[in-house]
Amino acid sequence: MAISRRTIVLGVAGLLLALVPPIAALTNQPFYVDLFRRMMIFAIAAVSLDLILGYGGMVSFGHAAYLGIGAYAVGIPAFHGIDNGFLQWGLAIVASALTALVIGAISLRTSGVYFIMITLAFAQMLYYLGISLETYGGDNGMRLAARSKFGGPIDLHQPMVFYYVVLAILVLFLVLGGRLVESRFGMVIRAAKSNEPRARAIGFSPFRYKLTAFVIAGSAGGLAGALLANQTEYLTPEFMHWTRSGEIMFMVILGGMGTLFGPVIGAIVLLLLEDVLSALTAHWQIVLGPILVLVVLFAKHGLVGLLRVTPRDG
Amino acid sequence: MTVTVALVLEQTLNGLQYGVMLFLMAAGLTLVFGIMNFVNLAHGSLYMVGAYLATAFAAWSGSFVLGAALALPATLLVGIVVEVVALRTLYERDHLDQVLATFGLILFFNELIAIIWGRAAIYTSLPPFLGGHIRVLPGVPYPAYRAGIILVGVTVAVLLWVLVTRTRLGMRIRAGASNRTMVSALGVNIRLLYTLVFGLGAALAGLAGAMAGPIYSVQPGMGEAILIQVFVVIVIGGIGSIRGAMVGAIVVGMADTLGRAFLKPMLATVISPPAADKAGPALASMLIYLLMAAVLFFRPEGLFPARGRS
Amino acid sequence: MAETLLTVRGLSKRFGGLLASDQVDLDVVRGETHAIIGPNGAGKTTLLGQLAGDLRPDAGAIRFAGRDVTRFDAPLRSRLGLARSFQITSIFRDFSALDNVALAVQAHRGGNFRFWRSARDERALREPARVVLESVGLGARAGVLAAHLAHGEQRQLEIAMALATEPRLLLLDEPVAGMGLDESQQMVRFLGALKRRITIVLVEHDMDAVFSLADRISVMVYGRIIATGTPPEVRSNAEVRRAYLGEDATP
Repeated sequence: MAISRRTIVLGVAGLLLALVPPIAALTNQPFYVDLFRRMMIFAIAAVSLDLILGYGGMVSFGHAAYLGIGAYAVGIPAFHGIDNGFLQWGLAIVASALTALVIGAISLRTSGVYFIMITLAFAQMLYYLGISLETYGGDNGMRLAARSKFGGPIDLHQPMVFYYVVLAILVLFLVLGGRLVESRFGMVIRAAKSNEPRARAIGFSPFRYKLTAFVIAGSAGGLAGALLANQTEYLTPEFMHWTRSGEIMFMVILGGMGTLFGPVIGAIVLLLLEDVLSALTAHWQIVLGPILVLVVLFAKHGLVGLLRVTPRDG
Repeated sequence: MTVTVALVLEQTLNGLQYGVMLFLMAAGLTLVFGIMNFVNLAHGSLYMVGAYLATAFAAWSGSFVLGAALALPATLLVGIVVEVVALRTLYERDHLDQVLATFGLILFFNELIAIIWGRAAIYTSLPPFLGGHIRVLPGVPYPAYRAGIILVGVTVAVLLWVLVTRTRLGMRIRAGASNRTMVSALGVNIRLLYTLVFGLGAALAGLAGAMAGPIYSVQPGMGEAILIQVFVVIVIGGIGSIRGAMVGAIVVGMADTLGRAFLKPMLATVISPPAADKAGPALASMLIYLLMAAVLFFRPEGLFPARGRS
Repeated sequence: MAETLLTVRGLSKRFGGLLASDQVDLDVVRGETHAIIGPNGAGKTTLLGQLAGDLRPDAGAIRFAGRDVTRFDAPLRSRLGLARSFQITSIFRDFSALDNVALAVQAHRGGNFRFWRSARDERALREPARVVLESVGLGARAGVLAAHLAHGEQRQLEIAMALATEPRLLLLDEPVAGMGLDESQQMVRFLGALKRRITIVLVEHDMDAVFSLADRISVMVYGRIIATGTPPEVRSNAEVRRAYLGEDATP
């Protein structure tokens, strides 16, 4: 097969998302450009979590930490007058990668429920750190002075331009992620998830590969955070709140973990759901909570799992 | 701020008091985990429910003590209902499912509370006989209410110790915490045991919540802030171990309280006071997590790993 | 005397009050098939776990191919050529049979930090895997999800994975356990052919399998090895008969 099914899906999905701004312009609903951009940003975060959760079996309940680090990596330089986007986003990726390296090195020494609690606890630590940064607004957060600057035609203050930048990053990330999970490296972390004692018995030492995957996921989460700060033009420690981590995890499960497009669908559906529910009632979470419980109990393979009926051989 | 002996003593007692609250939460959570292999994020919701029910019952009956006393069985009931309706089916699922489903429950409970009582924090006033101070040392007064919490907590810890080490139920609980298959081999009614243990955990969380009312703000989401600290307690102490929960709770309670009180003045002796002003609170808020990281580095299974668990 | 591949001296392991390995000495000569037998709870699987590196002994030393491997973990020992199968079938259930074996090839070859090229397109992994899969008789089942294989096939797959790491020593923990008569006879035939190529340590309860495969047998009782010898020697050993084989054992 010259063109894989995944390539086709990616092409079609990318095209559909690319059509959102013209359609929004035609129908005079600019709001949708904003909404879909937000969805794609969370899709990047969700896909990055799925790399370690769905493919690597690492139940990290602290993924929002990297969103926050990425956001502050844009906000803090901007506060001091440094608005170069390459610098800010580069900082976002490097800072979150380093954080993931430290958190991963400690938490991957453990497993199971310890791992869940520890990743949650470290994210909470960073949340409190954010609150204690009085210079940068403490728990109120701060306004982003200006969106990241890249020069040339890439002006993020143009909603359309920003939209296509995010779309390009998402597509690029999906392509890279798709290669990664099928590569030798990807096979190692998937094998370790499938059966760790067996993986060790044939000679894999899973720790270093898991840690590498953890760092990759963290840095991608950081980039999503940099985008999110530009999206909201405001950043607060709330980006790192544990409910945010739960939300990203929910996106992965809702869409279908261990798949590449599942988290994208999950992000889109969850944010749509929040949008619709919050228009109906201020107490939309009382509906969302039980939905989450039901998804876990009855639709473990997510929306993608509902589409794919038969398990595949080969 | 000058650091005096009286202040150190007062803050140490505060740390003990906070540790006691953490222990009440951690004991239930660690038992539920040890026996059912179940991660219950919604444990914090029971704490919140306990706090709100105590406040409501106190307002209704006009007596703080009666309110707290009523909140206890009520939270136990809520816990049992939640266990039977929603959680029971999750015991056989993997940890990811448990975490997500109980996360869903948290969203539900927080919103339910917000619908009934609103989102704003509510405060309970203390009855006069608990509002005063006692003298722990000459010249060192201490709030009677906080002293009461310590007393209640220590009493509960002793009762729990007696229950776990001296009764048949306790024997089963201990057996279950270290070896789950053995409990079923003993022919114990597992479902009932699970429900009892969960109810006990819920009641302890409710007790902590009820006592928290007058000193912390009662608001939706209050359960999760403490829950994550309880996780730190359990990770430090070792999952499934009551003794670990006890030691972990005191360590975390002390470290957090003393860190918040004294890190800033201590830092100010080393670095410049304005820098200490900034770094002190930041470091204090991170202290228990750094402590957890340090413990994990040397003892990945915590200080008191439950026996029989690999 | 032929070269000793594996040397175990004074190996001890205690679980609480239970001495699972008690001063175990064992020599495995290159080329032999060495069976370890003994009643349930004698500590055979614990011994195997220590040989494979999953369990740390409390005392004693393990030398493999001239190196002290006592402190080496399981992956490292595997890369040195010590492969194993598990008592309870342990495979990558959500991967195809060929994927399973290709993973073992990959683990042995290294180069795991490659992120771009699809591992399933790499002939360097797939071809050797296919050869090994053919050799255990699973060639026609290469594309089947491992979870969908029959029990006997899964045991074969597990051995295929071990072989794909090109081991110098193969540790087999009850390879015919849970098999029907046909399946187990087929497995014994397969191991009979395999033993000419490779050194094997075999833990097994099926005495037919043991006596038809083993060159030497060590008998383990209560964590101790009470006798080692050729099958006839072990069969006629009075202590073994008393402690383990019992009076009804076929002479």
